[in-house]
Amino acid sequence: MAVDKKKLIDLYTRTLKVRLFEEKVWELFGENIVPGTLHLYLGQEAVAAGVTAALKDSDWVQSTHRGHGHVIAKGADEKKALAELLGKATGSCKGKGGSMHITEFKKGVLGATGVVASGLPIAVGAALSCKMRGTKDVVACFFGDGASNNGTFGESLNMSAIWQLPVIWIVENNLYAMGTPIKLTCPSATIAERANGYCIPNTVVDGNNALEVYEATVEAVKRARQGGGPTLIECRTYRQRGHSRFDPAKYRPEDEAKEWLSENRDAVNVIRKIAIERSALTEKEADKIREKLQKQIDKAADFARNSEYPKPEDALEDVYAEAF
Amino acid sequence: MTEMTYREALKAGLREEMQRDESVFLMGEDIGLNWGGAFKVTKGLAEEFGEERVRDTPISENTIAGAAVGAAITGMRPVAEIMFGDLITLAMDQVCNQAAKMRYMFGGQTSVPLVIRTVFGGGKNIASHHSQSLEAWFMHTPGLKVAVPAFASDVKGLIKTAIRDPDPVLFAEHKLVYDKKEEVPDEEYLIPFGEAKVRREGADVTVWGTFFMLHKALEVAEELAKEGISVEVIDPRTLVPLDKKTIIESVKKTGRLVLVTEETKTLATTAEVAAIVQEEAFDWLDAPIKRVNAPDTPVPFAPTLENFFIPDHKRIAQAIRDII
Repeated sequence: MAVDKKKLIDLYTRTLKVRLFEEKVWELFGENIVPGTLHLYLGQEAVAAGVTAALKDSDWVQSTHRGHGHVIAKGADEKKALAELLGKATGSCKGKGGSMHITEFKKGVLGATGVVASGLPIAVGAALSCKMRGTKDVVACFFGDGASNNGTFGESLNMSAIWQLPVIWIVENNLYAMGTPIKLTCPSATIAERANGYCIPNTVVDGNNALEVYEATVEAVKRARQGGGPTLIECRTYRQRGHSRFDPAKYRPEDEAKEWLSENRDAVNVIRKIAIERSALTEKEADKIREKLQKQIDKAADFARNSEYPKPEDALEDVYAEAF
Repeated sequence: MTEMTYREALKAGLREEMQRDESVFLMGEDIGLNWGGAFKVTKGLAEEFGEERVRDTPISENTIAGAAVGAAITGMRPVAEIMFGDLITLAMDQVCNQAAKMRYMFGGQTSVPLVIRTVFGGGKNIASHHSQSLEAWFMHTPGLKVAVPAFASDVKGLIKTAIRDPDPVLFAEHKLVYDKKEEVPDEEYLIPFGEAKVRREGADVTVWGTFFMLHKALEVAEELAKEGISVEVIDPRTLVPLDKKTIIESVKKTGRLVLVTEETKTLATTAEVAAIVQEEAFDWLDAPIKRVNAPDTPVPFAPTLENFFIPDHKRIAQAIRDII
């Protein structure tokens, strides 16, 4: 596939933006101003970047408990996103959702969910809606390797296939469901091949390579828009850190972690190298993009820090469209 | 006015809304061409509106409910059917964690205008998995509205309101009322949620109940009138919102309250209503509040057992006599 320079810059920028966003979240966590827990997207940035770069603004993504990256890559306002993580009234969910429900609906994010595998049925419905309303929009549904062991995986893949829905199933296989290795819970070598049982075309890509993810998604999106139904893309990737904020991930074998977390497999380094090798960017331009994004994220963090917390009684609002 | 069954009135309401609004569609197991719904409510609608809008689904309750969520938040007005109320246990995540909470946890960004139709209640000797009355679970889930139509003249106006409501509605029906006939208005009408109906006026005791128990209570009231006991019978029509005002005004008039539902007793809707009345109308009570419910057991199969389980005329009459 011929990928133009502009798209390579886009892929680098998206990947890096998610990285810088998550590093900022980690920094804010260090300041002890992020309530609750965190499931950082660090390490998996290329998946969100590659998928969203293949979508239009009007297309949808369904996110997960590890959702910051999906939302930011889809174009959510980083100020509102960081404010949400801090539980501020200016957050995209007015401080009612936090890390696990970070969402900006107007940017095409159906929602982030705290229940593993609960996003798949919602993606089915959104894709059915796109089809019934004749919009030609598609839905990209992110979920982890762990979610592929839940009943909704079978139900939803099946429904998407019988109705030939415009949905792209994105498995972020980071090899662990919390601390349980996927090889203990999945009998096949790949998760992708499970889709064969539902007659869904599927593929496995390097989830640390935004370009590979992008190219696979473009093909899937094309199929979906043409009425060709769903596709499943398994993206092999790895968490930079543990499952949640206090998990040091000691259960991962040292050599495995060393290999996955090496400089040359790092999601940002991979796409930066490709973009430079293909003359889409010079080293200097790449650095300049980083500086610009860093400023943007720093500014967003200041906005979040300086925002007010919601009033306690705001807890009573937004249960129904109209209170009764 | 035309005399029709509850089933016919419900179908007429669905049909009118489908004619009025193209975004309204039905989905569920066996609701389409071959069967027309386990209780024949949707019979003929697939022929009239096509299989796209009267959509048979696989046996995948969680994804039926979840797909309704995904369709609802992206511009459709789905009416999903769960064939038996007992089977909604398979869809609890989508109903209670997703549909009910999305508006709230996303800070008001999302509206979830869906209806889940299902059917509760015993009396058909179909045992523990097809006879339960689980409405209290949903009354206990903030974010859901709960409609409990018991009469043909109400069910049509309530389903129309449910479909137009911006919030998710659990629309519960009862197996033994589908064939009950009543005069139903010929012109279009909607019944607002949160408005109870006084089905029979009386001066000595108030009976509040739901579903088939209301039909029994009205028959009991007729019998007791011969003995000079004047019974007022109230149908809440919706549990969420709950019309407290009508109950309390009635209790202020009669000073006595009997609560009758088919639910197992512990934490039934009757417990909530009893608590509300003692909080808000304690001084007007001339006798203890009586609750008539099923025992705290699964629903049994054999007719002798099930007839013992479901409150009968005798038990309702006895509860009334106990406090007169």
